[in-house]
Amino acid sequence: MILENLGLALRSLWAHKMRSFLTTLGIIIGVGAVITVVSLVQGFSQVITREIEGLGANSIIVEPNRPPGKEGEKLARVEMTLEDGEAVLAASRYVDAVAPLVQNFEKVKAGEEVAQYPVLGTTPIFQDLRNYYVEQGRFFAAVDERERQNVCVLGHGVLKDLKLPANPLGRELAIGAQSFRVVGVMEPKGQLLGQDLDKFVMIPFGTAVGIYGDTVAKKVAFLMHVRDAAQTTQAKDEISDLLRIRHRLRFDQPNDFEVTTQNQILETVTKFSNGITYVVAGVTAIALLVGGIGIMNIMLVSVTERTREIGVRKAVGARRSHILSQFVIEAVVLALCGGVLGIGLGVGLGALIAAAIPNWPGSYVPLWATVLSFGFSSAVGLFFGIYPAAKAARLDPIESLRYE
Amino acid sequence: MPALIEIQDVHKVYDMGDDKVRALDGVSLVIQEGEYVAIMGPSGSGKSTLMNLIGCLDTPTAGSYKLKGTEVAGMTDDELAAIRNGEIGFIFQTFNLLPRSDAVQNVELPLVYAGVPRRERRDRAQEALKSVGLGDRMHHRPNEMSGGQRQRVAVARALVNRPSILMADEPTGNLDSKTGEEIMNLMDQLHAQGRTIILVTHEEDLALRAARVVRLRDGRVLSDVRNTPMAVGGA
Repeated sequence: MILENLGLALRSLWAHKMRSFLTTLGIIIGVGAVITVVSLVQGFSQVITREIEGLGANSIIVEPNRPPGKEGEKLARVEMTLEDGEAVLAASRYVDAVAPLVQNFEKVKAGEEVAQYPVLGTTPIFQDLRNYYVEQGRFFAAVDERERQNVCVLGHGVLKDLKLPANPLGRELAIGAQSFRVVGVMEPKGQLLGQDLDKFVMIPFGTAVGIYGDTVAKKVAFLMHVRDAAQTTQAKDEISDLLRIRHRLRFDQPNDFEVTTQNQILETVTKFSNGITYVVAGVTAIALLVGGIGIMNIMLVSVTERTREIGVRKAVGARRSHILSQFVIEAVVLALCGGVLGIGLGVGLGALIAAAIPNWPGSYVPLWATVLSFGFSSAVGLFFGIYPAAKAARLDPIESLRYE
Repeated sequence: MPALIEIQDVHKVYDMGDDKVRALDGVSLVIQEGEYVAIMGPSGSGKSTLMNLIGCLDTPTAGSYKLKGTEVAGMTDDELAAIRNGEIGFIFQTFNLLPRSDAVQNVELPLVYAGVPRRERRDRAQEALKSVGLGDRMHHRPNEMSGGQRQRVAVARALVNRPSILMADEPTGNLDSKTGEEIMNLMDQLHAQGRTIILVTHEEDLALRAARVVRLRDGRVLSDVRNTPMAVGGA
């Protein structure tokens, strides 16, 4: 009987192709909009998540930071030095490695070519903590650090900017007023949200402090590695306690630093993408409601138009349930066709928009979105199809047969 | 063995707001299996109401209607639907075929609701179409057929479920006299095969082809006459 009705529904919808299409347009647009937005947001958060997970769940970032507003005014100077990081490493039960990070913007010159780059000062262990390695040449060695050598490692994007050869090892560059020798080039990272991740220059931490002095030496950030990823929360608390003691902060003073775990960043991204998803879900609910009302409307018209057909079916022995299921199935099939077309539209549109926005990381349609779209569109068909179908099932056969 | 149709003092009253219309006002009628009965009467005499009752499309306000000994009065809609499906074949003045379905699909409709499997349905529908001389029109839609052919499809549909009663309501009303004659000859054949036929008409010459004529007026039986006693099959 279900199969029978399925065939009937398809035949009857096909008989009014244009009308069926227009009726289901609300569902098509509703589902299409969700799939488009979800595919874009998911594509975005997938790339961010991969990026963050590349850092490793064991990573913690500690930066000097003055909280905004009144709280921040309770602090005198906000400083962080290399010794803070070393003290944490020495005292912590969880942290097993620390890489200091300082940053200063400088003009970098190779022959006639000049460009402004962030110059990062760090120690050899950075490579392993960041999970980010040189493509050619070498990273800094302990000796470069100790002797404050003027050597540098370039981000991959710098080569092209400064018209350097593919193999620039041994070349001399001017960074600010100093001359540096290129010893390595980092592997390319590409772009994220329009930000080029390959445009920087790295020099040994000791060298940076030697050149820039207190401007960097008292604003040191740290990349810390926790032995066991499950203990990042405890590690975070412990680092905060150790630094508060070292900085002699009173109870009423806020932290003069910020400790960020990878989990926090992940949570932020997830919260962001979930937020968008909820908004879209709300808009879609409205679109599906409107689409559903359209379906109910056209099904009511269809029941009226087919009063005689219903009368004939009843005269030859159709029960109420036969008629009811015939029209409910027709409404569900109509809504489901809309859902399928909508998913197609959304996938296509998502890919198209992702390609059209420069630097958008791509689109991705998760299975749950597809399944949910199917589920919701058939639920809409079912819900809005029941009333017209019940009306058809209740029709009196004598009057229906007489209907003109 | 009980009579096929036993109607006893049946009333049908329609409530039209202020006044009540007595469409049937105490009708009693017994019809045996294999009879060919014409029901006649001017419009408003109650013949359509009687046909709807006998055809189980409606139930009486008062009185008893036994079909094959089973009381039908007071049955629910779905019970009536099951009886229509198994016991009654309708032939309408306006054919009432489904426009988007071909001849076979139209004919197999009662079998769909009877739950007959697809293969058997198809075979029986084709057989019924052949028996009314439409073996070469199986897959034509109603709008691709003449009026006479459409009515033959309707006859095949009425026969396909092997019903106890064939109810024909002005079956020639929408046909020219020649094709109308063909349909009436088909009815004669079916009667000769032993089928019970109830013909509702207002045309005297059609009614005279039946073995028995029941005339109604104002919701009552005016006369109940057997045309030629010899022609009453089986009774």
